[in-house]
Amino acid sequence: MSKTREIVLDPLVDNNPIGLQVLGICSALAVTTQMQTAVVMSLAVLFVLVGSNVVVSLLRNQIPGSVRIIAQLTIIASLVMVADQVLKAYLYDISLKLTVFVGLIITNCIIMGRAEAFAMQNKPWPAFLDAVGNSAGYALVLVLVAFFRELFGSGKLFGFTILQSVNEGGWYVPNGFMVMAPAAFILIGCFIWAVRAYRPEQVEEEFHVGALLEPGYEGDLR
Amino acid sequence: MEHYLSLATKAIFVENMALAFFLGMCSFLAVSKKVETAIGLGIAVIFVLAITTPLNQWLVANFLQEGSFAFIPGGESVNLGFLSYLVLIGTIAATVQVVEMVIDRFLPALYGSLGVFLPLIAVNCAILGGALFMVQRDYDFAEATVFGLGSGIGWFLAIVALAAVRERMKYNDIPAPLRGLGITFITVGLMALGFLSFSGIQL
Repeated sequence: MSKTREIVLDPLVDNNPIGLQVLGICSALAVTTQMQTAVVMSLAVLFVLVGSNVVVSLLRNQIPGSVRIIAQLTIIASLVMVADQVLKAYLYDISLKLTVFVGLIITNCIIMGRAEAFAMQNKPWPAFLDAVGNSAGYALVLVLVAFFRELFGSGKLFGFTILQSVNEGGWYVPNGFMVMAPAAFILIGCFIWAVRAYRPEQVEEEFHVGALLEPGYEGDLR
Repeated sequence: MEHYLSLATKAIFVENMALAFFLGMCSFLAVSKKVETAIGLGIAVIFVLAITTPLNQWLVANFLQEGSFAFIPGGESVNLGFLSYLVLIGTIAATVQVVEMVIDRFLPALYGSLGVFLPLIAVNCAILGGALFMVQRDYDFAEATVFGLGSGIGWFLAIVALAAVRERMKYNDIPAPLRGLGITFITVGLMALGFLSFSGIQL
């Protein structure tokens, strides 16, 4: 039981795919200008990740090691094709907004990374749980970033007005920076900062000035 | 000629793959600690993008359109457009593999510096992103070649610039929780802000 909990909850904060494993960032940034696209994107990733993890795990003893990347890519690309067709059929407007980023789920490193690191060594049930946990961790960051970007960028959430903007006769002056690309980077940087301030064990050991003064320091000083 | 020049400028600066569309971010952040390795990966990306984008254009234009199979009796109504993702990623993975083998066989010196990056590139979003943008914008063969080359160069410039900044920052006293990934994200954000100044340039 505790193992199950661990697999699902671990990727949320302790081992977040975006914050700590540096996976799946490409799409995380581009679709977060609005809550709606962020949520749809998260659901598409959930679907593809669960499908690919389970299928790869079922086939793990049949896939020869030398062609495993191509085999995994084929499985993932097929699932993404399904997701794309479903989106085009039922959520056409949103699929237009997501443009190429649905197709880019194929190369979303979270999916390849989890297939390679977890599904290839584990049975389908743990692989399923791992997929749910990791896509939840991905969704958490996406929704959080989208929340700030949509709320402060256009004063809305899910398209509903929260802070009435000046253009619509209200008081709020929208922060144009938030809807631009760089804001996503800076917000995710701050998100990582917050998580690591709360969990100091995640801090990366990089060079810091204090190390120079410590005895036995042998790094290059150039 | 002018058309191609403006297309290339747009691909390199205005619609920079890494800083305007966030493509290829995983390796962008992971392989940018040193300028030397960043240059290696950047060149590999230029190489692969310049080959796969026109190749994919040719495949999509000739096999995945409605009526591509009209030469087969009864094939007029066949439209394999829904298979595009599979074709694009298959071409990319196969090309990367072939390029790797060719370089290994004929240019061992280049392989020594580029070899480790080539497998990484098969799953680099910038390559697939280039192919998908090419399909979406309906480029013809020549446009696809220019676009592929241009986006590759843009990505190369971005990763080398970031690596240079990070090498400098190694000796800065950054708050502990922000060290590493956190500050890198913020740096990239500021760089993207700089690249925004190219937007709106009409050629």
